[in-house]
Amino acid sequence: MVHQYQLNGYYIVVDTCSGSIHSVDDVAYDVISLYETHSEDEIIRKILADYPDRRDVNQEEIRECQEDIQLLKKENRLFSKDLFEPLSENLAMKQDTVKALCLHVAHTCNLNCSYCFAAQGKYHGERDLMSFETGKKAIDFLISHSGDRHNLEVDFFGGEPLMNWETVKEIVAYARLREKEENKHFRFTLTTNGVLIDQEVMDFCNREMDNVVLSLDGRKEVHDHFRKDYQGRGSYEKVVPLFQAFAQSRRGKSYYIRGTFTHHNTDFTKDIFHMADLGFTELSMEPVVCPPSDPYALTQEDLPVLYEQYEILAKEMKRRKKEGRPFTFYHYMLDLSHGPCIYKRIAGCGSGTEYLAVTPKGELYPCHQFVGETAYRLGDLEKGIVNSALRDRFASCNVYARPQCRDCWARLYCSGGCAANAYHATGDIGGIYEYGCQLFKKRLECAIMLQVAESEEEG
Amino acid sequence: MKRIKTIEQRDLHKSAMTGGCGECQTSCQSACKTSCGVANQKCESRK
Repeated sequence: MVHQYQLNGYYIVVDTCSGSIHSVDDVAYDVISLYETHSEDEIIRKILADYPDRRDVNQEEIRECQEDIQLLKKENRLFSKDLFEPLSENLAMKQDTVKALCLHVAHTCNLNCSYCFAAQGKYHGERDLMSFETGKKAIDFLISHSGDRHNLEVDFFGGEPLMNWETVKEIVAYARLREKEENKHFRFTLTTNGVLIDQEVMDFCNREMDNVVLSLDGRKEVHDHFRKDYQGRGSYEKVVPLFQAFAQSRRGKSYYIRGTFTHHNTDFTKDIFHMADLGFTELSMEPVVCPPSDPYALTQEDLPVLYEQYEILAKEMKRRKKEGRPFTFYHYMLDLSHGPCIYKRIAGCGSGTEYLAVTPKGELYPCHQFVGETAYRLGDLEKGIVNSALRDRFASCNVYARPQCRDCWARLYCSGGCAANAYHATGDIGGIYEYGCQLFKKRLECAIMLQVAESEEEG
Repeated sequence: MKRIKTIEQRDLHKSAMTGGCGECQTSCQSACKTSCGVANQKCESRK
């Protein structure tokens, strides 16, 4: 399967199954579009008719182009076949290894953001804090279910995890002891709204956390619209200086400034550029996840605006990079030469199998977005996974399990999408969140364009 | 090739032979938390 598009002056051809990306000229672009459905002579006649005034377009040139396409096809780099479906059956069998936990150390929050998918950190339940005992059990559970995996991941999440900071530190210390005994390597991350950041938090995180995710929505008026405290005061003035100090102190270690955009700021690139102008260089901005009936939900009418925004973002990133003040955008990061293997691309995020969320009480859910949905409770740290039928459903939930993905050119980049988004949009984890797909594909086109642009500039 | 430039990338067909070690980062642990995409994950295979 081949996907062709034009963006920012580039003619781009993506071969879905090999992962090949080709930057072509206008003539080759048209020849490729006709190649599988027309004879060689028909293509020549059509191209000559379409380019009557071009001196570089003649019969010989078009034949040469066709030969190049034929060679790429022979090398499986164009029109390559999808031979990966049998691999997905093997993946469904590998379902008893766990390698990542999202630890909900605090089901409470010191902000009262109305758009919060976690319902102000309570996940539609009671306020609660995870005890150190539960955290220890989670670490033990992860180690004992990790099989031969060396790298294990733990994300401290909430609510607001800094509201249970002493427990976070105790859990980290315990895991560091256990990793030596078990020859494992823990990677910790922390996702925070920033209100409780201080020097001690920064020092600890800079020692222990591989990544910190800092929630900032962009411009002051946008951030403060949703991200308020319980007195209704915006948190921008409080958190921005803390985030700036934190980002600076990371000294090469990863961090993300992560925002959410809604129907109220469909001009979200202004928020991203604002983050960059504040000195942040690792940025992420996500579309809001909420029921369509919410007043801030993104609409169909917003889609063309959002598409344009993603293009504006890509062009501005290119410009700023040239000017020596680059920033990264999470969804535009593509590592073409050392990116994920086909197994990862088929299996996706691993929710419900290798990735689980743990509540303060030690219940296990397929991921943080399912916490509180009691039908999706997998088990707990005492008994382990008891709802194995549910785990099996998640294990078989790969890119080939969704009929809508079969004809999608982007399927090996998104792996069939987010199970939680699919569930919220369709009531079924095997469904698809069409709106999210459309945004994903646009982002991917922009990300690939940036790679092509870089490659062209290198010569 | 005169009119076609192929960007250097990992061959997915070849990765079927060497991949699948599972050591790479779980997608949602990084920055998104509300969507899925694996394209920006780095391969951590030691093979």
